[in-house]
Amino acid sequence: MMTYDELTDAAAEEIARQQGYHQCVRVCMAAGCLSQHHDAIKLALEQAVKDQGRAGEVQIKGVGCMGLCAAGPLVMVEPEGVLYERVSPEDASEIIAVLGSEPVQRLVCPTDVPFFERQVKIVLENSGVIDPESIEEYIAAGGYEGLNRALTELSPNEVIAELVRSGLRGRGGAGYPTGLKWSTVAKAISDTKYVVCNGDEGDPGAFMDRSVLESDPHRIIEGMAIAGYAVGANRGFIYVRAEYPLAIERLKLALRHAKRNALLGNNILGTGFDFNLEIRLGAGAYVCGEETALMASIEGKRGMPRPRPPYPADHGLWGAPTLVNNVETFASIAPILRRGGDWYASIGSETSKGTKVFALAGQIRNTGLIEVPMGITLTEIVHEIGGGTPNGRQVKAVQTGGPTGGCIPEAYFDTPVDYESLAKLGSIMGSGGMIVMDDSSSMVEVARYFMEFCMTESCGKCIPCRVGTAQMYRLLDKFSQGRATTADLDLLEQLCDLTLNASLCGLGQSAPNPVLSTLRYFRDEYLARLLPAEPALAPAPDSPAA
Amino acid sequence: MRNRAEVALPSDDKRWRVVEAAMRRNGYRPDALIETLHTVQESFGYLDSEALIFVSNALRVAPSQVYGVATFYHFFNLKPQGEHTCAVCLGTACYIKGTGELLEDIRQSYGVHPGETTADGKLSLLTVRCVGACGLAPALVFDGEVMGKATTESVRAKIEGYLSDDDL
Repeated sequence: MMTYDELTDAAAEEIARQQGYHQCVRVCMAAGCLSQHHDAIKLALEQAVKDQGRAGEVQIKGVGCMGLCAAGPLVMVEPEGVLYERVSPEDASEIIAVLGSEPVQRLVCPTDVPFFERQVKIVLENSGVIDPESIEEYIAAGGYEGLNRALTELSPNEVIAELVRSGLRGRGGAGYPTGLKWSTVAKAISDTKYVVCNGDEGDPGAFMDRSVLESDPHRIIEGMAIAGYAVGANRGFIYVRAEYPLAIERLKLALRHAKRNALLGNNILGTGFDFNLEIRLGAGAYVCGEETALMASIEGKRGMPRPRPPYPADHGLWGAPTLVNNVETFASIAPILRRGGDWYASIGSETSKGTKVFALAGQIRNTGLIEVPMGITLTEIVHEIGGGTPNGRQVKAVQTGGPTGGCIPEAYFDTPVDYESLAKLGSIMGSGGMIVMDDSSSMVEVARYFMEFCMTESCGKCIPCRVGTAQMYRLLDKFSQGRATTADLDLLEQLCDLTLNASLCGLGQSAPNPVLSTLRYFRDEYLARLLPAEPALAPAPDSPAA
Repeated sequence: MRNRAEVALPSDDKRWRVVEAAMRRNGYRPDALIETLHTVQESFGYLDSEALIFVSNALRVAPSQVYGVATFYHFFNLKPQGEHTCAVCLGTACYIKGTGELLEDIRQSYGVHPGETTADGKLSLLTVRCVGACGLAPALVFDGEVMGKATTESVRAKIEGYLSDDDL
């Protein structure tokens, strides 16, 4: 049986091995960059090292996402800290040849810019740094220290107390206090309990869960094992979208490594605590991001939500108390256990503690993933970190919270980003997708696009959502074609109200958000598409008066 | 918990053994339905009625329920796919960056609608909801491989390559 000390010894050996190299060249191997032939770049770099006879000096390492997808494929040279952008396999020999001297200027990506300097990395601390396929590297970076501390020094209640102190709130969107959720499941009386990780990242425009699973899979395993210990569960499920094959592959490998090192399975680290994890694949249903639908899907059924209460904390998978948290939430657990709840609570704003990962996409220069402290303003995110629009056009709005979030106009960009402030503006934090739109985007079209999404993804169980979204889509289509009347506008607003208040689950309850927020801030665009007021008595086409 | 199927495999096609192994791994429990369907689709490319009935019997889940699950999730295909697939991402970032126009261009140039396969069986056109490559929008997925920052030209070149591929 491995103890934690033996593990850290093995990790220390790994570090020593790496220090044997003079240089380390890190290549992003996340899905985004891989699609641009990063595997070819890694092979070319390895070949160049061999050709130039520097095999013992230079290490080529495949790592996870480095964040700035816009400039990908990215390659980082350590210890110099030189970042190369838009690298192609042909550049490999040049990069290796100049190692230790002047970098290849035409490829250098400046790192002293707000995109890198303004970020605070907790969830993404290992992304782009460690090899996601090596458990030794994860342990060498402080991995499984949080689990070890929880199992050997703290009681389950003390783990939860630490979490309550951290102020962490659910990163899946709703922002429910994580410590409170854990303590509810912990207090539930049952022989069987489950821990579920919601990795059904369905919001278009959000890809942080994919990135974390691909870049640092052990972080999720560690977070879930700590959760299992705290709430008294011995079995967990990670529900991942089938659309993320690389994430699934790396997660499977990580599970095998964790089991082999006594970090999962029976008698973890010799402490007597048992925890087993299984992967469950999603099959492409947006509604499965809703926790009761997700549990139905894990049970092998159609992913349809059911009314709450009873909440999963009382009555979840197969009727047993179940803790459901999102990927990013679980990814925040290990650092909190390692460094303490007070440390985490010192970051962020009054009501929203810690950091949040956002996915920047749309009409923005620096598309990619960023992690910033809560309470940062939208201006800082969009203009400073994001670098504004790529074509110099005026930023019109940023859409947060996915298809059920809202559009926030530029006039409100000085708002701090936290759960409450975004809700006040009629949007939601959601999972963290931020899509920037410039003045060429029509907000009516955007609303219609989101409604089409919700209409297609409605599971059909409750009528307000099934019929409401279809009718709202029909009305938005009329606006889009300039055939709408003022009566249609009234009807649209009524339907928003009805769908929002009468739907069964979060999908229907928030489906009207994009319409409501665009009506609130861009009503002119709707009015401009109304039919011209009908004349009191239209003359017949062949009227002699004409 | 059972450790063997009580129904015979539909044929001696080796791929059924893979499906059976997946069911055995899950103890033939009814909750392994989605996992099993994933395996069938991975092995055969789509789910036909023979497969659905076999899975229904082996896991002891009503055929209506199996069909219900197979049709509820977008990921499952009930029809065979073309030799190659082109999935156009219609996620928000891709939409803002113009995949709508790319889709329209494919439709008009090659006369194939989303969910359909060209008459020669070479290309199936699909639409997907966000493949998580938003940083590379507009994105398409050709045979499981993401093409980022796509243009009408790059998409057409890829498809022309598929259509003129006479190897099979």
